[in-house]
Amino acid sequence: MNTSAATSPAAHAPPPFWRRALSHRSFVLGAILTSLLVLAALLSLVWTPWSPYEIDMPKKLQGPSEMHWLGTDPFGRDIASLLLVGARNSILVGVIAVSIGLVAGTALGLLAAARRGWVEELIMRLSDFTFAFPAILSAIMMTAVFGAGIVNSIIAIGIFNIPTFARITRGSANALWAREFVLASRACGKGPWRITIDHILPNILSVLTVQVTIRFAIAILAEAALSYLGLGTQPPQPSWGRMLSEAQTLMFQAPLLAVYPGVAIATAVLGLNLLGDGLRDLMDPRLARKR
Amino acid sequence: MGLFLLKRVLTLIATLIGASIVIFLVLEILPGDAAQIMMGPDASPEAVSALASKLGLDRPPMERYLDWVGGMLTGNLGNSYSYSSPVSELVLERLALTVPLAIMAMALTTCMALVVGIYAAARHNKLGDVGLMSMTQIGIAIPNFWFAILLILLFSVKLQWFSAGGFPGWEDGIWPGLQSLLLPAISLAFVQAAILARITRSAVLEVMREDFVRTARAKGLSQRATLWGHVLRNAMIPVITVMGLQSAELLAGTIVVENVFYLPGLGRLIFQSISNRDLIVVRNCVMLLATMVVVVNFIVDILYAVIDPRVKASDI
Repeated sequence: MNTSAATSPAAHAPPPFWRRALSHRSFVLGAILTSLLVLAALLSLVWTPWSPYEIDMPKKLQGPSEMHWLGTDPFGRDIASLLLVGARNSILVGVIAVSIGLVAGTALGLLAAARRGWVEELIMRLSDFTFAFPAILSAIMMTAVFGAGIVNSIIAIGIFNIPTFARITRGSANALWAREFVLASRACGKGPWRITIDHILPNILSVLTVQVTIRFAIAILAEAALSYLGLGTQPPQPSWGRMLSEAQTLMFQAPLLAVYPGVAIATAVLGLNLLGDGLRDLMDPRLARKR
Repeated sequence: MGLFLLKRVLTLIATLIGASIVIFLVLEILPGDAAQIMMGPDASPEAVSALASKLGLDRPPMERYLDWVGGMLTGNLGNSYSYSSPVSELVLERLALTVPLAIMAMALTTCMALVVGIYAAARHNKLGDVGLMSMTQIGIAIPNFWFAILLILLFSVKLQWFSAGGFPGWEDGIWPGLQSLLLPAISLAFVQAAILARITRSAVLEVMREDFVRTARAKGLSQRATLWGHVLRNAMIPVITVMGLQSAELLAGTIVVENVFYLPGLGRLIFQSISNRDLIVVRNCVMLLATMVVVVNFIVDILYAVIDPRVKASDI
C-alpha cells in the first residue's frame, strides 16, 4: 500500500521485494517458466530451426532426430518450429484479450466504486449476467455470426474477462473508499475522479497484477480450446490448439504428436499460475502466512 | 427465507431475460441479414429473401423476439434449418447425453476434490499435502481436451480398454452408455477437481483456525470428530460457491470434450450447427446452456442459505 510507508516505522519494514521474491519457490519457478514462454515467442520472431509454413511431404511424420528435434508433422513441417511460433500466438491472444478485460473491467469497477448508487448496481448486475456466458460460449456466438478466426476469439475471451476485472476492482476499490486517507483527500477538496486516479488505482495495482497473470493463463487455455475446435487461429498460422486437433487424427501412427503441444500449453499455464500465486503471496504477506 | 427466495427468483428471471436479449441481439440483429449468413455468401438474393420470409426474419425484431420467448415457454423452438426437424426434439435427444455426462463429471469432481482436499488439510505441510498440492497445480494447468486425448492414448490406443469415442445410446442398457461416458467425464472432472481440492483444503484449514474448533478440541473431541462434526459443514460455503462456478465451466467444457470423443451431445450439436450456419439451433442451444449455468448458480445461492443461516440475514 502507498500509505503504509508513512504509517509504519522503518524498523519494521519488510525485506526488499526482490529478496523475498527470490526466496519464494512458486514465484521463482513461475517466473522461469513464464520467461521461457516469452523467450520462445521472441526467438520465433527472428529464428526458427525450420520454416513453420514450409510443407515437405517426403519428410512427413518423422521421429525426433538431429535435424528435427521433435520430429515432423503430417505435412513434413518441423514440430519444434511450429511450437515456437505457437508460443507467439498464445502470447498475442493472452496480451490482447487480458488488456481488453483489464482496461474495460477496471474502468467499470472504478466507476462503480466511485459513483455507488444505481451506477454501481447497474454495472454489477450487468457483470453478473455476463457470467452466464463462459468464454467458449460467447466465442461460439461470435463465430456463428462473424466466422471463425483469431480476432473473434480474442474479442470473445476479452469480453469474458471484463466482468472479472470489474468485480475485483470494485471490491478492492470499495474497501479503499472507506479508508481514512481517502476521507482525508475528500476533506482536502479532491473530487471522486482525482481520488480514483491518485489513491484508488495505485493501491489496487497489486491485486490487478495478480489477476492479470491468472487471466492470462485462462486466456491461453481458452484460445487453445477454440483453436482445437477450429474456431480460433486459422491455418496456416501455427497454434498449439490446432496442432492437437491435427494430431488426434493420427494417434495410432504418431502418438507423440498429441503430446508436445499439450506439454507446451500446460507448461505455459503452469508458469503463469505459479507466478500469479507467488505474486499474491509477495504482495499480500498476510495471505502467505495463512496458506 | 421467503423474502430471500423471492429476491433470488426475481434476479434469476431478470438474468434470464437479459441473457435472452443478448443472444437475440448477437445472433439475429448484429449480423444484419441472418438469412444471408445461413445460406452463405454465394446464395442468390431471391433464395435469401425466400428463406427470410419462411423463417419470419422479415418481421419487426420486437415481434420476433417475443415469438421466440413465447416459443421457449411453450416448448416450441421452431424448426432447424439444416436438420429440417423441430429444434426441441433435437435438443432433447442431445440432452440425454450431455446431462448425464455433466452430472457424472460433477460427481467425480466432488468426490476426488473432497477426498484430496480434506486429506491434504488434515496433513497440513506434511509430505502428502505438499505432494498432492503440487499435483493439483499441474492438474489446473492441463487443458481438459488434452487430458482427454491423453486418456484416449492410454486407455484406447495402448491398453484398448475403452473405445476412442462414440456413444452407443441408452437403448442397449445403461452400462455401455455409462462406459462410453466415463473417459469424457474423467477428463472434464480432473481439471475441475484439482481446482476444487485446493479450495477445499484452504477452506478446511481456515475453519480449523477458528476459536470454536479449539473449544471442541479442548473439551476432548478427537481431531477426526472435530473435522467431521464441526469443520466440514463450515468449510462447505466456499466449496459450494466454487462448485457453482465450476458447473458453468463443466457445461462449457462439454462442448469441447464431446468433440474430442465424437459424442452426439448438446455441445457437438452447437458446433455442427455453426458449421451448418444453422443460427436457429445455435440460438436455442446457447440460451439453454446459459439457462443451465444461471439456474445452477441460483440453486447454489439457495444452498448457501440452507447451509449457513447467516447468509439470508445479511442479504435481506
